Amino acid sequence: MSQLLAVMFDGVAFGMLLFLISVGLSVTLGMMNFTNLAHGAFAMVGGYVTFALASLAGWPFLATLPVAFLATMAIAAVFERLLFRYIYETGELNQVLFTIGFVFTASATAAYVFGTVHQSVDMPAVLTGFIELGEIKLPSYRLFLVAIALVITVGVVYGLEHTRFGAMVRASVDNQKVARGLGLNVNRIFALTFALGSGLAGLGGALAIEVLGLDPSFGFHILVLVLIVVALGGLGSVWGSFVAALCLGVFDVGGKYFVPELGSFLIYLFMVALLFFRPQGLFGKR
Amino acid sequence: MKRTFVPVLATTALLTVTLASTSALAQKTVKIGVTNVYSGQFADPGAQLDAGIKLYMQLHGDTVAGAKIQIIRRDVGGIAPPVAKRLAEELVVRERVDILAGNLLTPNALAVAGVSKDAEKFTVVMNAATPIITTKSPYMVRTSLTTSQLNHHFGEWVAKQGVKNVYTMVTNYGPGTSSGKSFEDAFKKKGGKVVGADKTPVVNPDFSPFVQRVAEAKPEALYVWVPGGTQPPALGKALAERGVTPANTKIFGQGELTDDAALEAMGKVALGIITAYHYNVHRDTPLNTRFVKAYRAANNGRDPDIYSIGGYDGMHLIYEVLKKTGGNTSGKAMIEAAKGMSWESPRGMMSIDPRTRDVVQTVWIREVKMKDGKPANIIIDHIDNAKDPDL
Amino acid sequence: MSTDPHLWLRHKARVSPYEVAFWIAALIVPYVLLPKYLALASQIAIMATFCISLDLILGYAGIISLGHAAFFGIGAYAAGILSARGWGEPLSGLLFAAVVAGLAGWIIGFMIVRVQHLALLMITLGLSFLAVEVANTFDGLTGGADGLLGIDTWKLFGIWKFSIWGHTSYAYALGVSFLIFLLCRRLVHSPFGLTLEAIRENPQRTTAIGVANRRHLQWVFTLSSSIAGIAGAMLAQTTKTVSLESLGFQNSAEIAVMLILGGTGRLYGAIVGTIIFMVARDQLSGMNPKYWYFWIGILLMMVVLFMPRGILGAMQRLAAKMSRS
Repeated sequence: MSQLLAVMFDGVAFGMLLFLISVGLSVTLGMMNFTNLAHGAFAMVGGYVTFALASLAGWPFLATLPVAFLATMAIAAVFERLLFRYIYETGELNQVLFTIGFVFTASATAAYVFGTVHQSVDMPAVLTGFIELGEIKLPSYRLFLVAIALVITVGVVYGLEHTRFGAMVRASVDNQKVARGLGLNVNRIFALTFALGSGLAGLGGALAIEVLGLDPSFGFHILVLVLIVVALGGLGSVWGSFVAALCLGVFDVGGKYFVPELGSFLIYLFMVALLFFRPQGLFGKR
Repeated sequence: MKRTFVPVLATTALLTVTLASTSALAQKTVKIGVTNVYSGQFADPGAQLDAGIKLYMQLHGDTVAGAKIQIIRRDVGGIAPPVAKRLAEELVVRERVDILAGNLLTPNALAVAGVSKDAEKFTVVMNAATPIITTKSPYMVRTSLTTSQLNHHFGEWVAKQGVKNVYTMVTNYGPGTSSGKSFEDAFKKKGGKVVGADKTPVVNPDFSPFVQRVAEAKPEALYVWVPGGTQPPALGKALAERGVTPANTKIFGQGELTDDAALEAMGKVALGIITAYHYNVHRDTPLNTRFVKAYRAANNGRDPDIYSIGGYDGMHLIYEVLKKTGGNTSGKAMIEAAKGMSWESPRGMMSIDPRTRDVVQTVWIREVKMKDGKPANIIIDHIDNAKDPDL
Repeated sequence: MSTDPHLWLRHKARVSPYEVAFWIAALIVPYVLLPKYLALASQIAIMATFCISLDLILGYAGIISLGHAAFFGIGAYAAGILSARGWGEPLSGLLFAAVVAGLAGWIIGFMIVRVQHLALLMITLGLSFLAVEVANTFDGLTGGADGLLGIDTWKLFGIWKFSIWGHTSYAYALGVSFLIFLLCRRLVHSPFGLTLEAIRENPQRTTAIGVANRRHLQWVFTLSSSIAGIAGAMLAQTTKTVSLESLGFQNSAEIAVMLILGGTGRLYGAIVGTIIFMVARDQLSGMNPKYWYFWIGILLMMVVLFMPRGILGAMQRLAAKMSRS
């Protein structure tokens, strides 16, 4: 039983990681209907920021995390102003084409600068090994992941529910036209949300190095998982993404533990079935 | 400006043409078409293989048997046999290459085999490790390894050490399942028993649930196969986290399992893991030391690995064969010259089996022990002239 | 202009001289001017057929799919397995693949027609991952991760051999894709095709005027799957290889990229997009095998920024501007 709990905890930690990377996309998709397949590329950016600082410049891992968040946010904000804002009105197919092109270019740039090798970073001693709670052994790094994700979830939810900016974001997600009509500068709200969401993805990418590794194709790899979380959770719903990511992590790990023959079948079956009966996702409104 | 520019241009052009034509007369060019993977998920092994090719040419010059060697590279972009086949065809038809090489991944190599056979081109498999590949074209040789070559002999060796029960855990795709099967078959033939067998997914695996199953089964020994790259350190971490270590379970695997990154991730809990491999970066022979030093110098300090050595020895074979045929590049002449050829590689002695055209080499058995205060792979045994048992 | 709808349809479907010129060029250019590019040309023709099948559902019926390669792969495996088991006659292989892929499309169609938007995108994507897993699991039949072995394509009509020079392959691929193009062209200019466009634009209204939306969508999805299967079968027969990746997400995504690049809902967009993408990739990756996809990425972004209606859409606008001035 305690073993089972330990395995499930791994699933929870994996889910939290997915949540961090996905939540920004859920909100921006819900707000502007902007199909941003480049979201995973921003996670990759954060990963490489942390790699460059920790492994090349010798910073301690923990100190690189806020920088990964801020740097990715800044880079995303620049690209939003330079490129992305021109394609909000071009329809989802063009957005798919454009953002896929962006991932191609970002991935080639990463390969050129950092090489194709799988990168890793040194962890501080505190985050290696495990902590024993009675009979259960919980890996320290995964505990740390869950803790960070919970703090950020609380922060995001508080920010959305209890701040003026959060109210503006919610209004824009609910009904963009009315929000504009009420005098909200939806484009500026969007730009900020986009940057914040990408920053979170960057943080997620930095945290993912230890779990999933980092290489120039990270932006493509993570994309499918991120899309699953967003679709299952429902567009624009933070809680939806949270629950969906949690389910995905636990379902994936549990499935492999109990029925390893089905391996990676399960999450796709689960997704197809759920979306067929609930196309708007778990918490989606539309 | 314009008036002076035109005559200069014309002179230069004329000069170039004259130079080009005289040098073409003076020297024959041998073109080698390399179908490799340079982008996507398998870009890194592809880059290491390519670095092996480059280093050989850097150390041995680009002229052999009076002919200049020219490499034409093509990117298959991943597992894509139709693309590999088309690129190989184009290399033959469009670029008129004399030799085909590269062949990182099995499905691509199998597709290239068809072209090799039809076009009668000497073809070198520098990595793909599924045994049957070389049977698909009479002009094909291999300078890497075959999965059963390593794992068959390893399975027998493990049984010989008195191990009775083993749990296997392999990646659920060609190289993993066939390695696992060779190991199991050889192990069972020598009286061992397989008490459990799991297959892990190819992409972004989280190993902890699988390792947990092993921990609960408490087998005497565990055999693991995972592809190199991100997976060995991830698996190493999961083994350490779940307490499946040589202290309570004997752990066996193919060499990737204890590559440098994985050893670093596992730390001291890796002590006692035993692996089989055909190349040891840290094996102390003059030839290997020189090779590793030159490789690091050419690749920003990065160590060579099995992909690099496959590319390096592949080029060596091509050079030696060209010397033997005196520059004759016909598929028949080259393959005949390659059969039975043997040489000392940084990996050890190796040769080409005259019957199967496949690689024959030493399988090194290594155990993780402390060396200079760090865990390292120390050779404890070796099986010389190991052939693939199935070919 | 006449008010007779049939006349209007016929007017819309008339053959323009550009079209004739295009197909003649498609026949002559590779054979006469670029004989060393026949292998590439035949794969372009095959992928263009696949791309047209996606245009039928995406461009005309509005069904967005990120998993259409599943049907391409099913067709490839059907023809490949048939051939590996001893029947390598190409045309009957195509027919077999068309039936198998069409059947799969018809069954999946029950599900597809009931969802839209992101859910549809993700369901098709999930199905294509499942298809890969299923094919990997039944490796006795499919050859698993090593790919299907032993495919032997017999001579076309018992006369022409599929050799590495690609003469037969291109004639075969071009011929089949031309016939399929004609069929699709006829279809989209028929009342059935117009109905599909109406459903795409406003499903509530078509329901109100008595159109059975789902039945129409399921039929076009079946047809499209069948055509995708034919394309897959051609690739299997001409390259004598099939791998799991033919079913996978990357193949689905790439074909969607080619279609959007050319422009959706105009058939020729599918063809032009495929030609441009594949030629660009061939040339760029030949020049720079390591970082070619940087330039592909730039190309895609440029097209969106400067030609939001695809390359063909931009060409059409340019032509219209020139004829006016």
